[in-house]
Parts: sequence; structure tokens; C-alpha cells
Amino acid sequence: MLLLGFGLWFALPFFWMVSTSLKPLRETMKMPPVWLPIPPQWQNYPEAMAAMGPFWLYAANSLVLASLNVVGTVLSSALVAYGFSRLDWKGRDGLFFVLLMTMMIPFPVVMVPLYGLFRELGWIGTMKPLWVPAFLAGAFNVFLLRQFFMTLPRDLTEAARMDGCSEFRIFWQIILPLARPALLTVALFQFMATWNDFLGPLIFLAREDQYTLALGLQALQSTISGTPWHHLMAASTLVVLPVVFLFFLTQKTFLRGIAATGLK
Amino acid sequence: MARVTLENLTKVFSGDRKQGSKVAVDNVSLEISSGEFVVLVGPSGCGKTTVLRMIAGLEDISGGSIRIGGRRINDIPPKDRDIAMVFQNYALYPHMTVSRNMSFGLEVRGFPKAEIARRVDEAARVLGLLHPDNLLNRRPKALSGGQRQRVALGRAMVREPQVFLFDEPLSNLDAKMRVETRAEISRLHRTVGSTMIFVTHDQTEAMTMADRIVVMSEGRVQQIGTPEDLYHQPVNRFVAGFIGSPTMNFFSGRLEKTQGSLRFVEQGEGSHAEPWAIRMNPELSARLASQADRPIVLGIRPEHLTPDSPQPGALGMMVELVEPMGAETYLFGQTAGHPCTCRITFHETKGLEGQKIHLIPNFDHLHFFNPTSGEEVSGPKIQRIKLPLPVPHKKSRDL
Repeated sequence: MLLLGFGLWFALPFFWMVSTSLKPLRETMKMPPVWLPIPPQWQNYPEAMAAMGPFWLYAANSLVLASLNVVGTVLSSALVAYGFSRLDWKGRDGLFFVLLMTMMIPFPVVMVPLYGLFRELGWIGTMKPLWVPAFLAGAFNVFLLRQFFMTLPRDLTEAARMDGCSEFRIFWQIILPLARPALLTVALFQFMATWNDFLGPLIFLAREDQYTLALGLQALQSTISGTPWHHLMAASTLVVLPVVFLFFLTQKTFLRGIAATGLK
Repeated sequence: MARVTLENLTKVFSGDRKQGSKVAVDNVSLEISSGEFVVLVGPSGCGKTTVLRMIAGLEDISGGSIRIGGRRINDIPPKDRDIAMVFQNYALYPHMTVSRNMSFGLEVRGFPKAEIARRVDEAARVLGLLHPDNLLNRRPKALSGGQRQRVALGRAMVREPQVFLFDEPLSNLDAKMRVETRAEISRLHRTVGSTMIFVTHDQTEAMTMADRIVVMSEGRVQQIGTPEDLYHQPVNRFVAGFIGSPTMNFFSGRLEKTQGSLRFVEQGEGSHAEPWAIRMNPELSARLASQADRPIVLGIRPEHLTPDSPQPGALGMMVELVEPMGAETYLFGQTAGHPCTCRITFHETKGLEGQKIHLIPNFDHLHFFNPTSGEEVSGPKIQRIKLPLPVPHKKSRDL
């Protein structure tokens, strides 16, 4: 009962978003609130897409960035996590601690130095700042994967070593296939993070044809005639749809991944 | 086929600040001839697995050297040592099928496809992975413990290595599977004839499978010998107590000099009953002369105590528990000062519990140990006449 209550409570904002997206503008702020718009205003969706500008271009940009980030993060984090969990070297645990500490630094603190760095590299106004760092592994993902790798029996790697595998081959052919649930978890987290990222694109991108969906939503929020809430909500629904879809698709493995990384 | 030589092999695990470093393997020297089946046995933590892992190359060597076929392999990576290992938990790759598990090592080494297929097929046939059910395309998850162990054996077999290493491969199997797999490994050894080194904590496995047994304790080799040697001539109390089941009885006491011969007198803690005293025969008296009037530990195996009528020199035992095993019966009880086990073959054991029985030891099978060092002190045994065996070595027996 309690869980159901919480579930409904958490679902409420989502429901409100979808509901608002189907209302005419004058009903969006009405008191008492209108829960079910009758009739639903389906035309809000094409209107919102048109109002955002090149919706499909933004979507393509988001998709490209998200894909690059997912591939980059999964590969690089897994490689680093392997080094931190399955290989023995001096100073390993100390360095891992330092890595974990980087998780405590909030993004706004590094925002300005990061901007300076990318300007030096001449990357401002390009998409590079938004995907190249993903190939350099993230602390949280490394942590997650390391914990998972440590639960894999050591015998397996040793058996592979006796079978003649090089270290990289053990990583590629033994560890990675076994870590699928954890890798998928990381991939999903990263996809969501990139897909929903607003600040990054806002800071580093200059031209409108590079904009992502998250950035595109902004166009709806700040129009001269106030905020067209029904359009904003319609566009938002469209933007979160892929994430919801992806989650349902991978739910089983994803939850297994969380359970495995959390408990064992 | 290759001989394996360990010279003063030492392993020191460097501990953290709280614990100092720990010597896991201390100066172990061992010569294993080509095609020999050697079992390293000892209680957990005795260093036997560490020795095996050093031979495999999974553990660095702190001191000494290892040679395989004359080649020093200290710094050669595991994959180039031409050895295969069977792990305690099978260590099968969960995401690969049975046949892929077996072929993987060959693929990595770049063997031609046809050769891989031939070897996998052969191993599968020998190990019964094709009949009654073809298991080749199953995942390890869908196999029973015994089947997994056979796949693990197959994975080692297809490599056709010079040396096989086994790290307690039977300990996860149930009793019946264990006996079957034990026979399977012995048969494998006869078929392929490779050198095999087998680690276990179970002395029964060691006794049944080994050409030679290496008993280890606290990182050191206690004794190396054939199962018969270890059983009949243990060099110290540790080996005597470790080999044999039920274990040897130990009685602490003194050897007293009386009328030109020696008499063993039991000394138990807090005993009220009359202590056991027995006169040694002339042969033992002569061999133990140097131990006169000193504390000593007498060791007698349960089967070397025979119930008899009350008489001087008989060991009185209060029977507490009777365990019929079928062909034989174990009697557990207390003497004046020590727990004692007796193994008998006759069947009239009804009503023995709670009774006092009188046991006569077999003078040919008494062992004497120094109470502090544990060394066997009765000196070299007079060579008993051995019955000529029909064949000199179990290896040459036909299947």
C-alpha cells in the first residue's frame, strides 16, 4: 500500500506534464486544476515541434552526442575499473581514493576552468567538449564497475591466464561479457545524463544547428508572449519519451545490474 | 611429460602494518619425476595451494626456483609454462558453451580449427560429455557439479600440457561424485601419462590417488613418500596423526627401565583409574634404549589394537560409542587418561557401549614420538619382509 502510494506520488509530476501537454493554453493555469483535458489537444505536439525550430535536427544532435557518450563512457570506465579492481599495482588504492574524491567536486566549481581549458584547445563552439571527456572515464561509473568486477570470481581470470589470454583479452572476452548488466546500467545512466544535459550544451555550443533537444526546450520557455506551457509540456513529453522507452526496454537487466552492484 | 623440480621454494606474503609478513611456503624442495602423480596434502593454510599456484605462475616466487623439464620457469608467464590447471570452483566461463570453454585456450593459442575440433571431440568422448546427453552446447549453469568438473578436466586435457595441476578439484562434489571423479582422474593419468600435481586437504584422496604424497604443515614439507611409507613409517607425530582414518591414538607417558627391559606407563591428566603399563619386547627395548626414563608419546593406529581377555599389559578402554561401518566397526572410548579409537572386524559389538574392554597392541606397529618436537624416536625399523606384489607399480596395471 505504502509503495503504491509512493509510486503514485512520484508519478504525479509526469502525469501532470502529459496532462498539461494536452490542454489548451487557458486551462494550464486554471484553478482548481484541470486533471483530464477534454477533449485532448493533440495538435499541441506538432505546434510545439514547430515552435522549437528544427526539432529533428536537435534530436539528431542529442542522439549523436548521447551515443558517443555512452560508447565512450562504457569503454573507458570499464577499462579503468578493470585496472582498479583486477590488477595489482603500487598506489592503486590511494589513486582510487583520489578518483572518488573527484566525485565530491560539484560541476559549477569546475565549469569556469573547464571553459578556459576548452577555449585553449579551441573547442568552444564545437561539440567536442560534450563528448571527448566521456572517453576519459567518469569517477562514478568507474566506481560502479569496479565494485561489480570485484564480485567476479578471481578463478575465472586465472583460468583465462592459464589458457593463454593476455590481460586485455581477459578484459575483453571474459570480464566484459560477464559484466553486461553493470555495463548496461552505466550506459543507461550516461544516456540519461547526456540526453538531459542542459548546462553543458548551453555553455559550450554557439550555433543553433548544434543545439540539443534539452537546449531547444529553452526556446519555448522564453518567448515574448510569456511561456506557452502547453507547448513546453508537449515538447518535454517528447524529449523524455526516448528515455522512458529505453528504460522499459532494458528494465530487467538494469535492475539486475543495480541489485548486483548494490548488494554483492 | 616433464619432470618438475622445486628448489628451496619460498613464499613470503608481505602483510600490512598491523600484521607482519607471513611465510606461507618455507624452503620447499621437491623432485617430481616425469609422469608421476604427486599429491600435496595438509590442513588448510599449510601452503600447499601456494606451492601449486607458484608452479602455475599465478603467484610470484619469493625465493628458490622451479624447473619444468629442466627449464627454469620463475620468470616465465603462466601461458608459456605449458601447464594446465583445474580449479576448485571449476572456473568455467559462464558465458560460453561447454565446447567453447574447452576450445577457448586453443583458440587463444591460434591452433587450427580442425585440430581444435579434433581435440575437443576426443576429450568430450573420453569424459562422457556426449553420452547419454550431449552437453557440448550447454552453458555451465545447466550442468551438475560433476559435469562441470568433467568439463574443467576437459579444458585442461585438450591443451595436452606437460604438467597438470589440480587445486582441490573434488571438494565441491558430493561423496558419490567425489569417488567417481577420483577414479576418473586416476584413469586420465594412466591414459595421458602426464605429470600431475594434485592438492587436497583430504588424506583419503591423497592415499588413493598418489604415487607419492607430500605432507605439508605450516609451510614446510613434513614427509615425502609413497602412501604405504607414510602410513607405516610416519617421521613425526603430525604425519602420523594426519594420515589414516580414524586417526592414530596417542598416549603420553614415560618409558621406565625395569629388569633389563623398558615399560611404557601411560600418564593421563586427572585420571582416577589405574594407568596403563605395558612391557616392551626385546627388539623395541633395544631400539628405544636412549629414551629410557623420558616422557614420550606412544602412537597406535586403531586397527593395531585387538580386544582380548583381561591380562597384564592390556589397555583398558571404556567404550562410549560403537560405529558399525559394515565390514568393520569403530569403537570410540576412553582409557585411563586418553581418548582412544579401536577398529575391529568381528561383529559381536552388541551391548559394548558402556562396557570396559581390554586391548592388546600389535608390537610391530607401535610409533614413538618426542613429546615436544614430535619426531619419531624409535629409530630405524628392522626391515620387515614385504610380500612380493604381482606387479611392481600400479601404473603398469591394465585398465
